[in-house]
Amino acid sequence: MTAASALSFDLARARVAVGAVTDPEIPVLTLDDLGVIRDIRQDEAGRIEVTITPTYSGCPAMAAMALDLETALLTAGFKEARIRTTLSPAWTTDWMSENGREKLRAYGIAPPERATTRRALFGEETKPACPHCGSGKTAKVSEFGSTACKSLWRCEACLEPFDAFKCI
Amino acid sequence: MAADLVTYTLRLADTALVLGHRLSQWSSYGPTIEEDIAMSNLALDLIGQARLLYDYAGTVEGKGQDEDALAYLRDEHAYLNLLIAEQPNGDFAVTMVRQFLYAAFMQPYMEALMRSKDATLAAIAAKAEKELAYHVRHAGEWLVRLGDGTAESQARAQAGLDDLAIFVGEFFETDAVEKAMIAAGIAPDPTSIRPRFEALLDHVLGEATLRRPVFSTHHLGGKTGRHTEHLGPMLAEMQVLHRAHPGAVW
Repeated sequence: MTAASALSFDLARARVAVGAVTDPEIPVLTLDDLGVIRDIRQDEAGRIEVTITPTYSGCPAMAAMALDLETALLTAGFKEARIRTTLSPAWTTDWMSENGREKLRAYGIAPPERATTRRALFGEETKPACPHCGSGKTAKVSEFGSTACKSLWRCEACLEPFDAFKCI
Repeated sequence: MAADLVTYTLRLADTALVLGHRLSQWSSYGPTIEEDIAMSNLALDLIGQARLLYDYAGTVEGKGQDEDALAYLRDEHAYLNLLIAEQPNGDFAVTMVRQFLYAAFMQPYMEALMRSKDATLAAIAAKAEKELAYHVRHAGEWLVRLGDGTAESQARAQAGLDDLAIFVGEFFETDAVEKAMIAAGIAPDPTSIRPRFEALLDHVLGEATLRRPVFSTHHLGGKTGRHTEHLGPMLAEMQVLHRAHPGAVW
């Protein structure tokens, strides 16, 4: 194997290892599904560097994500892994994969709408469909839920409460 | 120039931290579980913004101060936050009025800061602006419910507004440090934010049937470390653990 192909083989292995890491708060989503993995690269010394971006400025899960990524890479046999955080461009729910949206719905969390168009500050908001029964007759309980990225809703058809992923 | 940038960044950071800490004091005392969680979420956003800003201020300063050193090891007079942030929580109406006044100014301000020539501040602003839009909406919806609610809730919301109005003038005051940042294209001119702040305010106060108070500029000094009597005790409580056990982790 040439040095160049050894590097690309390593990078492919790193992508597999990183791809398996899940969100510490929403374990059905991988970090890749969530769209927080911005870059995976390898320097000439063979070190893997993963760049992630926070969802919210104060997201307490960021430290756990960085630790989980490092652990996954070390477990996969890499001697050194560096996790870098970048703020720009700012994360948006538009980066969540289609696959991720489906997984969220199946898990009982209404996924964010496609293509964030910022609603007016005091305008009408689009109601998420109930992830349990699919009804569009839902009511917001609170704009703030169990994590910074979710709001709390109730379905008026099946009466189940549910979390919805906020669109930002 | 670098010293001005550190001071300017610390002002933004301190305001976000102090207000975030005030909100965190509501944890487990909220009127409902949903509101308790909401205020903790607002606090989390603000403290997150503060951490990013402290990290940057410490890097620019280059003296090895990290976010913990800046937050926990500076005394009252070294804090450069807006006075409104340190005001006591009062009742729930006072807290929501304070939150609305701050967010209605800061959301358009952060939107303007996104165009800063300083790439790091612009990146932090891009995150903060999205979060603050939620704060404006949340506090604004509460002002409408309280103002257009019962006679009691209206009286309390109006009293909160009248009491806190004296700290609003400070939003728009600039000194030599801030003027240098504005001239360099790093900071937005706060007076250019005033029309959007007032439009947001008039919209919400109109729906809330609350009277718009006079915003005076008699209470200034937060940005240069001259505070009201409320900051010291708040910092004492916030900093005691870190100072008693320097470097402690868990």
